[in-house]
This record gives sequence, structure tokens and C-alpha cells, in this order.
Amino acid sequence: MKQRAIRVTVNGRTHERTVEVRRTLADFLRDDLDLTGTHLGCEHGVCGACTIVVNGEAVRSCLMFAAQVDGAELLTVEGLADGERLHPIQEAFWEHHGLQCGFCTPGFLMTLYCFLREQPDPTESEIREAISGNLCRCTGYQNIVTAARAAAGSLRAGAS
Amino acid sequence: MRRKEDPRLLTGRGKYAADVRLPGMRHAAVLRSPYPHARLRAIRRDGALAMPGVFAVVTAADLGDVARIPLRMGQRSPANPALQPPLARDRVRYVGEPIAVVLADSRYLAEDALERLDVEYEALPIVPDALRALEPGAAVLHDEAPGNIVDRLVTTTGDAAALAAAPVRLAERFTVQRHTGVPMETRGLTAAYDAATRVITLWGVAKVPHFNRRVLADLLGHPEHLIHFIELEVGGGFGVRGEFYPEDFVVPWAARRFGHPVQWVEDRREHLMATNHSRQQFHEVEIGVERDGRILALRDRFVVDLGAYIRTHGVVVPELTAALMPGPYRIASYSSEALCVLSNKTPTGTYRGPGRYECTFVRERLVDLVARELGLDPADVRRRNFIPPEAMPYDVGGGSLGQKTVYDVGDYRSAFESALDALGYEAARAEQTAARAHGRHVGIGIGCVVEKAGLGPWEYARAEVDATGHVVLYSGVASVGQGIETTLAQVAAAELGVSVDDITVVHGDSASVPYGVGGFASRGASVALPAALYAARKLRDKIVRVAAMLLEAAPEDLVIDGRRVAVRGMPDRSVAFRDVARAAIPGPPGMDPGLTASHFFEAPKMTYPYGTHLAMVEVDAETGQVKILKYVITYDVGKAINPMIVDGQLVGALAQGIGGALYEELVYDDAGQLLTTSFMDYLLPTAMEMPVTTVARILEETPTPLNPLGAKGVGEGGSSGAGAAIANAVADALAPFGVMVRSLPLSPDRVLALIRMGGPEMAPHTPNARSVPGNP
Repeated sequence: MKQRAIRVTVNGRTHERTVEVRRTLADFLRDDLDLTGTHLGCEHGVCGACTIVVNGEAVRSCLMFAAQVDGAELLTVEGLADGERLHPIQEAFWEHHGLQCGFCTPGFLMTLYCFLREQPDPTESEIREAISGNLCRCTGYQNIVTAARAAAGSLRAGAS
Repeated sequence: MRRKEDPRLLTGRGKYAADVRLPGMRHAAVLRSPYPHARLRAIRRDGALAMPGVFAVVTAADLGDVARIPLRMGQRSPANPALQPPLARDRVRYVGEPIAVVLADSRYLAEDALERLDVEYEALPIVPDALRALEPGAAVLHDEAPGNIVDRLVTTTGDAAALAAAPVRLAERFTVQRHTGVPMETRGLTAAYDAATRVITLWGVAKVPHFNRRVLADLLGHPEHLIHFIELEVGGGFGVRGEFYPEDFVVPWAARRFGHPVQWVEDRREHLMATNHSRQQFHEVEIGVERDGRILALRDRFVVDLGAYIRTHGVVVPELTAALMPGPYRIASYSSEALCVLSNKTPTGTYRGPGRYECTFVRERLVDLVARELGLDPADVRRRNFIPPEAMPYDVGGGSLGQKTVYDVGDYRSAFESALDALGYEAARAEQTAARAHGRHVGIGIGCVVEKAGLGPWEYARAEVDATGHVVLYSGVASVGQGIETTLAQVAAAELGVSVDDITVVHGDSASVPYGVGGFASRGASVALPAALYAARKLRDKIVRVAAMLLEAAPEDLVIDGRRVAVRGMPDRSVAFRDVARAAIPGPPGMDPGLTASHFFEAPKMTYPYGTHLAMVEVDAETGQVKILKYVITYDVGKAINPMIVDGQLVGALAQGIGGALYEELVYDDAGQLLTTSFMDYLLPTAMEMPVTTVARILEETPTPLNPLGAKGVGEGGSSGAGAAIANAVADALAPFGVMVRSLPLSPDRVLALIRMGGPEMAPHTPNARSVPGNP
């Protein structure tokens, strides 16, 4: 099987690895870097559980190959908190019961991380649209939307 | 009250089934039948075994003479016909049935090897669904189930002649489609075998770990105490995860056989064809009423499509359907006959609100038809039929799960009026009239629910203070992501006088929790929490008793605060939990040593939470799209231990109920192939499909007398009325077209077909709703 050497920065740490070209980015993160916070819910790009940030953009890591991120800067759920201090989006999910089983949660957090940087003051319907590519089977989304609004508010307050 | 579980889940630290990493671990991939019904002529594995990185191929022949997977509940038929073997030996009966398992150095290599396994199939005639399974000349799937019928459940109560004598009678056919739980985490399991100690360890078990451990011990012929089950985080259960499936045998078998850890993680395509399906039923129902709408009699005959094998739930879903069909109404004469039938499809089990989603749809549609026939408001017909609170406890007649159906307590009318009030029913009707005048198709639908919860027979808890003064609560319950750690800690903390943060909750580990029943049937609040309450109470007594000895004070003068015990009003005369714990071994004469106390809470009777669903929808008659404008649920849970979690359960269950009403269907073609094997085909609701205006009113009007908390359980009622309320709302919206809503889901194509067919409300049933054979 064809191999390729890659150099990638994940959550601020740089890794150099040789990967099979067919290895998905999600499997690379989970198995090679032991970052199992990125979850696989469908492996065909629908559920959004595996969403991570690549060079500032939210992507589905099940639909990319590890070989494609050579030289890239990645952020996964493990890199969202500042040490023990939760990111405001994580705080808001905790406060507003935006998660139950927690399996889809990393994908929602990373999707919202990118979305709220683009749109710091979204309406409810903009939030719903932004997370419409992420499936949750536990919450019915209502509390996720509430958490996203609250997170937007505290991010704006923190920025000003 | 924020949840104890959340910090680890929010930071990616929670470990789920697929997150286990062990040295030397082999990865399993399962070869599944592409045929719905075939004889296995030969399995040639040489090609696969020759591939680099491929370690072994396991077939039924390797497993030897292993028993089939036993029932967990719903045990009725003496012979337990049609149980599933761990791997198919000489015949396959559904697309997705496991035939062989490849073990390789990686999942990639294991999947490569599946393509090199050479299986010779001889296709057999198929039984594409339960109705055709009953036709003369249909292929027979299992010799021990002649005619493909595994059971016939009959319930009769009251005067059988009442139906014929009723002044008004209506008959209809209704179908509920095959759909299922679909948790976001697929199933997964890792097993390891320690040849020195002979201990088999399994990570990723769920729902009923203690029961499954016993099943595995029996099937493997391995001592139970040498099997260690560890639950991990559970990415959603909904009834389907955690039952004993074929892979639950093969994975630990392989770990023991080969001496290497083995991990198997289901992919989504496998999940949709291998994990339990649910819900598929065909009803023929007749109701007899007075001219004022009072129900006199109800007769239901239905066929349930169980799929190709009987899995762990036996016939419990049809049993529950029949038991709860009368719902919140006083129905003097009720009879039900359920035919439990096999077909060449994935086997079935329970899915959140099993039987209740189905029976509520059938009953509530029928009540709306009564209202229509008599020219009454559907709300008024319901008002005339509710069982009054003073009739409680109320014996419905019939039963399920070995119990008579006796409603514990309830004020159905009150929960109903509360829902109408939350919606603003009269105003909504006025809005509907105005919308109609503008050519918009707006409808309002009601679904009244009586759920059942709190299934026993018992649950176990143990509360301890360790030698460092930390409080630990062990529970036999299992997590399905519902927040049970938080509510267990809440109950124990209140009893012990410590904070929720002071308590560590342990569950789902057979080494530290010796007994347990598990996490299903909305039993956490009403069975597991009372067990925790009593264990904590017993522990408190011991803490106080030992502290009294140390402080030379009377136990009744002692107070607990901040993990210290003090003499009331004398904070300087106090002793820390750690010192109490150390002094408790062996402790005062006559006391069981150690600050540990356990309790089995027995729950011989189920609770029956109830409520009302109201849906206000708008149908686009050109696209067939149904938009939910407003949704209201009222639900009486007796006592909400954690209202935030209760609300989350209601709204989350509602999303699943909406999925079943509008989108989700496991579709088979006539050749027995499952067509919906991805999330592009099996559609789950997203945030865009959920109603923006959703009101979930938690009622605590009627605490159950069956446990000291008064809590009834809350996991399922948010789902079970949704099919009914939405179907009634769509029927109401489309009333001007004269359509008849008989089946779910009301997907755009179905809605358009209904509009095209149109015609008088009581027109003959749609061609796709086949007649139940043997019925008039």
C-alpha cells in the first residue's frame, strides 16, 4: 500500500508521520495520534460527528485522507479548552444541557467554533442552518440552539 | 443542576466503545449475507487467509456446537422458536446476517479480506414481509414456526357482544412502518483474554450488562466470575443498543480462542442492517361508540413483522401494543389479537416507547375518525372518554411483561387540558380557519398517551465511604447517555447531607457492581433512584452510628455537613468521614463492618406516566412537505428529580417521534434487499426539521405511590404520542381534500399520493396497506 510522509500541527503540536494514502484523516487522528475525541457516526459525511477544524475551516474528517493535511493546522475537540478552563461554547453546552450521550457533541462544538467566528451574532434560524449538517439523536436540538446563542453572547462579551 | 457527566464528554475525554486501544489488538470485520434467504453451500477462506495482515477467519463451523441466543424478556412460547445463532451455519434468512468474521491487523485489512471470502449461496424463495408470510404457499423460514407464525397473543376483556350492539361502528386499517432507534454511536465491542487468570474482559457493553454477562458465560461455557464487563460511555441506546447480538458472542469467543484482544466496531451500513429494527405493524381495528362519542368497544387485530429471527425481546413489542392500546380511555369491551410473524428481514426488538408509539397512533387516529363521523370536536370526544382520577388504580384488563395492566395513578383530563391551554387550542382553531380562508392547509392533531415505565423486577445500589472520606455510589443501572450519574448523585447526596460533587457514581462495571438489571424501560428514576435512596439512607445510619461512638454522643444529636459529622450546635465536636470510615472497620459490636450499605429496591408493579401531544402543522399541497408550526407535550412524571434532564428527555424523544412520523423508514424492495443503508436514505431529523416552538410542560400532579420518590420515569413519553398527533394534524390539514391517513411516515411522496387519491374520508384503504389475512 502506498505511503506518504506528512507533517501536521494538531492542537498546537506538530507531528511527523508516514501514513497509508488511503487512511482517512479521522482514523489518523484517532488511531495514530490517539485523539479519540473525534467520533465517527456514519463514515459517509452526513452525521457531522467527526467535524474538526482544518486551517480555520470546519471539515468532516471521515471524508478527507490524512495525506491531504500535510502542512495543515488542525484543531480537534481536545484542543478547544484552555487547560482545565472550558471554551465558552463548551461552557454553554454544559450550562444549557446541550448534550446527552455526548457522542455527536465534539462535531457540534467544532462546527459552532467556526460558525461563530464567521457570524458572531447569529439569529436562531441561522444557528439551525449552521448545525443542520450535524445529527444528534438525543437532544432534539433545542438545547443545542440555546447553547449556541448563549455561547455567541459570551464570545462577544469576551471579545469586547 | 449541571450534569456530572458533561466535562469529560465536552472535552473529548469520554471513552466510547471504539476508543479502546490494547497492545496486540486484532480488528474484526463481519461478512454479512447479501441474500435475504439462501442456503450456504460452502465458505472458502483461503484467499482471505493468504492476505498479509489477516490473522484468522471464523465461521459457524469453528464455533462448534454453540447454543442460539436466548430471550431476555417476552418469554411465552415453550419452544422459543426461531432464535438466532451467533453465525449462520447452513442458511441465511436476512440481508446482513453474519456469516463469518475476519480478524486482521487493522480494520482496513479486515475489510479487504471480506472481499476475498468466497461463499457459495443457493438462493431460496423469500418471504418479503409478514403479510405475504401468511399467504398459502409462502416459504417457511423456520421449521419450528409453521406458517411463519411464532405466536398469537389474545387479550379479551368485557362483553364481547358490545361491539356488534354499538349504535355507531367504524372499522379501519392502519400501518406503522419499520424504523428504529439509530443511536449516533454504532455498536462496538473490545474483548481481551488473560490466559493466566482466564479472565475475559469486555469493553463497550451496555444496557443490561449483568444479564448479558450471564448469557455469555452460558454460551461460552466460561465461569461467570471470570468474565468482566465494562460499560464505558454509551452513545445513545433507545432500546436497540446493549441487547445480546451475534457479535456479542463472536468477539469474546475469538479473544479467548486466539489469545489476542479483538475489537469490532460496527459501521453505519452494518448498523442499519444488523442492529434491531422495530415498529412494523399492520392493524385492522374496529370501534363501537355511542352517538355522543363515548367508546363502548374496541377490537384490534394486528400482524407484527418480527423479521427473520426472534431476538432477545421475544414478542414483547406486540404484547405491549395490545396491553396499552386502550390508553387513557375507559373502554368496557376490548379485544386484541396479535399475530407474531417472521419474514426475510432484519430481526426486531424494542425502540423507545415500544408498542406505545404504534398503539397510540392507531387509537388516536381512530378517535379522530369517531369525532369526524359524529361531527364533534376531537377534543370533546376525548373529554367524554378519559378514565377519571378517582377510578385509580385502574385495571385495564390484559397485561404485559408478566404483569396485569393496572394504571397506578393519573389525571388524564388535567394533562389534556393543560396541553390545550399551552397551545391555546381555541385560538389555534381560529388561526386554522383563517389560514384555510387564505388557501393554507393548517391542521391540529391530538395524541393522548399512557406510557409505561419503571419496569422491575428490582435494582441494586451500594453506597460507601472510602478510607479517604470519599463517597461512592454504585448502581446496577446502565447509562444510555441520559444523565443517570447526575440523578443518582442527587438522590444520594440529599440523603447523606453531602454535595452532588462529593459523590462518585460507578455503574456498568461487573467487578465493582456485582448485581444489576440495567438501563431500559424508563426505569432509572423509578427503580434505580429508590435503590440509591435506600442504600444512602442505610449508609447514613452507619455513619452516624460510628460517629456517635467516636464523639460519645447520641446518634440523634448528630448532623452531617461537608463530609464531617458534628454534634448539633457544637461544630468543634466533629469527626471527618475519613476517620469515621476507618473506625467503621470493624466498627461497633453488632454492626456490619465498613461504611458500606447496599439495597435491592423491588418494583413488582410498573408505573404509567401519561400526557398529551398536540401538533399544529402546515402542509404544502404542492410539495407534500409537512411543517410543524407548534408542538406541545404535557407529561406527568410524578416527580421530576432533575427538571432539566426531564425536559431534555421529552424534547429528545420528540425528535425521534417526529422522525417516525415524517421521515424514517427502513425500506425493503420486493427482492428482500434493504434500500436504506446510509444516512442519505434513512433520514434522521436535523435542527431544521424540529419545530421552533416546542413547549414541554412537565407535570407533577400525580406522584406514583409505588416508590418513595413519587417518580414514574420519563424516557419514552416524548416519543410515543408524536406519530398520532402529527398524523391527526396532517389529516386535519388535508381534510378539504378528503384524504385518509392510514400509515406512517408522512413523507412528501406519501402526502402527495394521499392528496392525489383524495376522496371521501372512509374510502377503501390504500393499495399498499394490505389486508390482514383471515380478517373480514
